[in-house]
Amino acid sequence: MDKNETLRSDLQRVAYYPGCALEGSGHAYNRSTKQIGKKLGLDLVEIKDWNCCGAMEVKNIDPEIQNFLSVRNMSIAKHKMGLDVVMAPCNGCYHNLKKAEHDVTHREQTRSVLEKLSKKSKVPEYKAGDVETIHALDWIKHAIGETNLARQVKNSLEGLKIANYYGCMYTRPRHIFPEKDQGEGSESTSNPHFMDDLLRAAGAQIIDFPLKTACCGGAHTLSDSDTSTRLVLNILQAAESCGADVIATECPTCHTGLEMHQIRAEETLNITTKPVMLYFTQLLGLALGLSPRKLGIQENVSDSLDLLRQRGLA
Amino acid sequence: MMEFSEIENSIELVRDDPHSVSDPAARLLTLGERILENWLQSHELEPTSNEHEGFRLLALHRQGAINDPSFLACRETCRELVYQVNLYRMKNEISQVNMMAMVAMHLLYFVRGKLEVQQLGEFCCSSKPLRIQQSDTTTR
Repeated sequence: MDKNETLRSDLQRVAYYPGCALEGSGHAYNRSTKQIGKKLGLDLVEIKDWNCCGAMEVKNIDPEIQNFLSVRNMSIAKHKMGLDVVMAPCNGCYHNLKKAEHDVTHREQTRSVLEKLSKKSKVPEYKAGDVETIHALDWIKHAIGETNLARQVKNSLEGLKIANYYGCMYTRPRHIFPEKDQGEGSESTSNPHFMDDLLRAAGAQIIDFPLKTACCGGAHTLSDSDTSTRLVLNILQAAESCGADVIATECPTCHTGLEMHQIRAEETLNITTKPVMLYFTQLLGLALGLSPRKLGIQENVSDSLDLLRQRGLA
Repeated sequence: MMEFSEIENSIELVRDDPHSVSDPAARLLTLGERILENWLQSHELEPTSNEHEGFRLLALHRQGAINDPSFLACRETCRELVYQVNLYRMKNEISQVNMMAMVAMHLLYFVRGKLEVQQLGEFCCSSKPLRIQQSDTTTR
């Protein structure tokens, strides 16, 4: 094991919070996350009767209602399922649960509102620190680690040039992620690398990519599509210029935005870009020997099958 | 104030012909500053001449984010531009100008977009609900 790897036995069995997107546009992410968990011997226990995290719509109207929606899920995991760790693969969900944790920890007003709402809705009251929220990247990184992952690789991703796009909500704002930027072994908010570490362990060639956390205009993909298309196109062109065959994603919103605006850029600006988009869980699944169908690769809008066949991965 | 269209053309010029200017890195850095000056002047603020960590670009960004935390959504892009400039100065590889130009262009698209749709960037930084005065809770 590499000296920088910190493995945690408590992540072998975690509460799974898929969130709304993973039942819709991000279905392939849901499927591939579950498949690699199974393959790696990790136990995902879906939160019973989970609800929306509040996404951005509720947050903009009333941040305390959003906090309540998020902590309700965390409370069920802790008090009704007896689990201490909640894993959320969607950047939006992950971000909102972390923000709720931050507010419960630091804001008296949040605690007071949540106390009232919990009583009213008969949900056990959530206290700061009752659970730890982690992302799917944290889960694989700390439950399995690069060394163990590399040992289980059946089809190396060798030769596949991958640019990793982390998007914005995985690292911003910094203060809601106190565990990050803690030196060796921890994630960095300015230059995230967990996806790089894992895919490199699976044999991929990781491309240094300057826009890995840049804004893609995600929230305004419908209300200001032209700005979003320009921002996404620039991300795609930068990845292509760096030599990437694939852009790996770890968020359903980012993934869908990149796919959709790649097509829109072709249609509205007549500019074609080559990189294909795949969830990091799909790439890890391929490396672990799972079939593209099991990983939902046929569900992606971005067609990567030809490339994967050429590289002997499909 | 340098118009966005002019800045965009200037970035493209450096990207397409890096030898058209004596120091492409300095030029792109200056164009980055012009982008942020647009943001500040549109908000009736006098752009600072100070530097942060040795770069005026970073000081301008900090100034721009003071009353609008969602402007932090382009913080990493500014820092990336500075990083790319430093890399170029260290290695002096002309091929890197293309990447620098893409980062500068990203900053332009973001700031121009944010001046059109103010909420751009609020998705990620979540700062609005963290900073605004608490909404009325009497209805709960």
